Amino acid sequence: MSGFHTPDDGLDRFRFRLGFAAAVVLAAFTLLIGRFIWLQVVQHDFYRTRAEDNRIALIPIVPNRGVITDRNGVVLARNYSAFTLEITPSQLGQTLEETIDALAEIIDIQPKDRKRFKRLLDEAKNFESIPIRTRLSDSEVARFAAQRYRFPGVEVKARLFRQYPLGNVASHALGYIGRITERDLKWIEENEQSANYKGTDHAGKTGLEQHYEFELHGQTGYEQVEIDAGGRALRSLKRIPPVSGNNLQLTLDAKLQEITEKAFGDRKGSLVAIEPETGGVLALVSNPTFDPNLFVDGITPDNWKELNEHPDKPMINRAINGAYPPGSTFKPFMALAALELGKRTPSQAIADPGYFNFGNHQFRDDKKGGHGMVDMYKSVVHSCDTYYYILANDMGIEAISAFMGQIGFGAKTGIDLGKDDSGESRGVLPSPAWKKQRFKKPEQQKWYSGETISIGIGQGYNAYTPMQLAQATATLANNGVMFRPHLVRHIVDARNGDKRAVEPKPIRDLGWKQKNLDVIHRAMAGVNTEGTGARAFAGAQYVAGGKTGTAQVFSLKGAQYKEHSVKKELRDHALYIAYAPIDKPKIALAVLVENGGFGAQSAAPIARMVLDYYLLGKLPQGAANEDAAAVEADE
Amino acid sequence: MIDLVGTLRRGWLNATAHIDFPLLFIVLGIMGIGIATVNSATIDTSHRMLAQTGNMCIALVVMWLVSRVPPQKLMRFAVPLYVIGVLLLIAVFLFGIKVNGSRRWLSIGITRIQPSEIMKIAMPLMLAWYFQKYEATLKFRHYLVAAGLLLVPFALVAKQPDLGTALLIGSAGFYVIFFAGLPWKVIIGLAAAGVSAAPFLWTMLHDYQKKRILTLLDPTTDPLGSGYHIIQSTIAIGSGGVFGKGYLSGTQTHLEFIPEKHTDFIFAVYSEEWGLLGNVVLVTLYTLLIGRGLMIASAASTLFARLLAGAITLGFFTYAFINMGMVSGILPVVGVPLPFMSYGGTALVTLFLAIGILMSINTHRMLVKK
Repeated sequence: MSGFHTPDDGLDRFRFRLGFAAAVVLAAFTLLIGRFIWLQVVQHDFYRTRAEDNRIALIPIVPNRGVITDRNGVVLARNYSAFTLEITPSQLGQTLEETIDALAEIIDIQPKDRKRFKRLLDEAKNFESIPIRTRLSDSEVARFAAQRYRFPGVEVKARLFRQYPLGNVASHALGYIGRITERDLKWIEENEQSANYKGTDHAGKTGLEQHYEFELHGQTGYEQVEIDAGGRALRSLKRIPPVSGNNLQLTLDAKLQEITEKAFGDRKGSLVAIEPETGGVLALVSNPTFDPNLFVDGITPDNWKELNEHPDKPMINRAINGAYPPGSTFKPFMALAALELGKRTPSQAIADPGYFNFGNHQFRDDKKGGHGMVDMYKSVVHSCDTYYYILANDMGIEAISAFMGQIGFGAKTGIDLGKDDSGESRGVLPSPAWKKQRFKKPEQQKWYSGETISIGIGQGYNAYTPMQLAQATATLANNGVMFRPHLVRHIVDARNGDKRAVEPKPIRDLGWKQKNLDVIHRAMAGVNTEGTGARAFAGAQYVAGGKTGTAQVFSLKGAQYKEHSVKKELRDHALYIAYAPIDKPKIALAVLVENGGFGAQSAAPIARMVLDYYLLGKLPQGAANEDAAAVEADE
Repeated sequence: MIDLVGTLRRGWLNATAHIDFPLLFIVLGIMGIGIATVNSATIDTSHRMLAQTGNMCIALVVMWLVSRVPPQKLMRFAVPLYVIGVLLLIAVFLFGIKVNGSRRWLSIGITRIQPSEIMKIAMPLMLAWYFQKYEATLKFRHYLVAAGLLLVPFALVAKQPDLGTALLIGSAGFYVIFFAGLPWKVIIGLAAAGVSAAPFLWTMLHDYQKKRILTLLDPTTDPLGSGYHIIQSTIAIGSGGVFGKGYLSGTQTHLEFIPEKHTDFIFAVYSEEWGLLGNVVLVTLYTLLIGRGLMIASAASTLFARLLAGAITLGFFTYAFINMGMVSGILPVVGVPLPFMSYGGTALVTLFLAIGILMSINTHRMLVKK
């Protein structure tokens, strides 16, 4: 009977299958309900948080960057409000390209603006507005306002920009800010500031702007806004205002700085002036300078190329990155070392034949025939080389290097510039240990006692930054009480004006004997009255201690140095250190003029100008003249 | 007066003679929820509530008309409708308009039609007719012929490609064959073959279809691409909790995080605002709808009516389950609307047409028996 079904057989089977289907339906719906319970009961908290995260965006409000003023309140770096034209890509009515093309018809938009916009766009989140043009003129703002209806998602906003009102003045001290790069982000992260930099697109790149980045930046505020899936902000839920960055009041004197920079004219070089009592830097010059305003909006490739490839290297801060042999400016410190270590008495004299023979090598004095009988005073005033050849030989390299190391030679001064102290050069304080580390071959690693001789006159391996030299001079002027040089006097809280002093205490007292110091002070005053600095300081209404110096760039191998026969780049560097007034110094300085020839010739006149202004308020006329006649003077 | 009352009474009885009130009330219950949810989903933008109410009114008329057609007359439409459907699908295959990379539409002068929609009804109608025709002499080869009738439109729609609709058409046809008594060993054998052929089938799928399945397994692999739909809808459901965020208060809905929120993803909107309790109510209504449909199928007087009622009823289940499963993240994203909830006139008319058929089957049974 197989194959034959009665209708009732079929109906029973059909009803059984209906029952089976019903069971499947119930099982499937039970599975669904189970899924709902999982999502809506078990995982509810998780999904509620996800929904909240979805709908709420935190829009950072960037704080005002702190203002930098000089010691007298002259503004060196500030913020100004300017109109920018900004595009919020997620809200555009047409494509980005079309929008920008249409905008270009009413507002001047250069290819470089487009390039910059593209770059910013890649880095941005989609609900941010991104500037296509900065610093709109009033008429551009008006033109755009009239056509605003055509551009949904485009608006004019007032934004704060960094500005350095004095332009090039003190640019090497101030540094500049620029757009945050990958490297900056790492730095920000290391300082656990990442959250605070949401929304910030500029950070200090060099100088004070970089060193005090986390003081100047301030606390980012934020606005909690409800957003939709397209990233459009619908309404504000909560607003935490930002806290402005702290202001910096510098020890720097802007007027002094400006005068000093002018005094350099177009000569390359550096000057650092320090207040000996505090270590506060009064002027920090590195010439040539640059205009930090160029960097604020992102420097154009042309400007960057010009600054970076210029043969005079304006971007290098010579005050802390240039290491130069100190030349004869090293002599007062040698003399002090001799007194402190008991190697000489002030009156102990040598007979100077004009040279010093060591082994089979003759070390010559600049003055042919020598200076005759030379005691310590005369050795400084007339800058007698032979005296210091012999002294260096008597003291030995270890003693010299130990003494000089204490005054800060060969070590970073810790000036508050750049990121930590990474921007500062250490210079070279020669010693057998240094040489061993510096060279690889064993025969080069050995210290030869002949090498000690020229160390005594500040030549040889000696190389120090103008900052180190100024610090040593200030320490000498302050009778051995040493400060870390610093540019910021106070960090001023933007909210309540509370001042935090940056450098309240000296770092060490070298414990020099006053009678020894008096000998050096008297000798250095003598330099400016009857010695190598006398021409530059003729008629000064104050007593200044000083010392000229010349650093060899070019080894003459025994030939007589004739300035005019040597190319400018190979001319010697001129140096000068000074402090005044001698009985209670208010200012100590070190000047270096690259390829300036003799110290008395080009460095000392700049120092005179600086001291005249700082002590007497006397304003100079233009750049300091080179004193051609000083060429003949003793060095 | 008495006469007038009597006339009205007779008129009313006549008009409602073929209405199955339990079925009508269940469907109107779901429709009420649906229209309210369409309102919530579109209140910020396109305001579709009135349009959907209008769609429902038209669809109710269609239902009423169809319910008055006896099943025997419906049978006459089976073959022509199926043949026209297949011919149109072939036309789509040859001349169809390509939209978003798939060829689903056919241009007929003033408007475009989607022939696969016709097939949703034509398929169970055709197969039920076929089994009715060979009821007395049913042999195994008839199942093979039925399978062939199923596979041709299925393949044409799957080729478009429109996997979601192909699955719906295929399942509707399969339900008829299943209720017609396809032997269990064949069903089990087919299932086993399907599982073992899965790796081979996988290679046949289009890239976007593969992606949807992979995304289902781990939506976070593509949070802004194809995973976005699932992530946002599960967030909406999960954040709704037990009691929901309240009507018109779903943040996922009103801040536009839910895509296609008044059509395929309307369940996420409902679930966010009404929570687990709302879901249980809705699933219960669907269960009642299916239960009522199965009762009608069980009591139907002819094989054609039984098979058609059973297949249509399980069709509702298939739609509802696939849609809610997809929105809650346990099934891949396929374009299947939620019956009586999702916005859309054509879909609503098709659904009420199916309800009308169920009513017709239920109410004409009594007449036949008499």
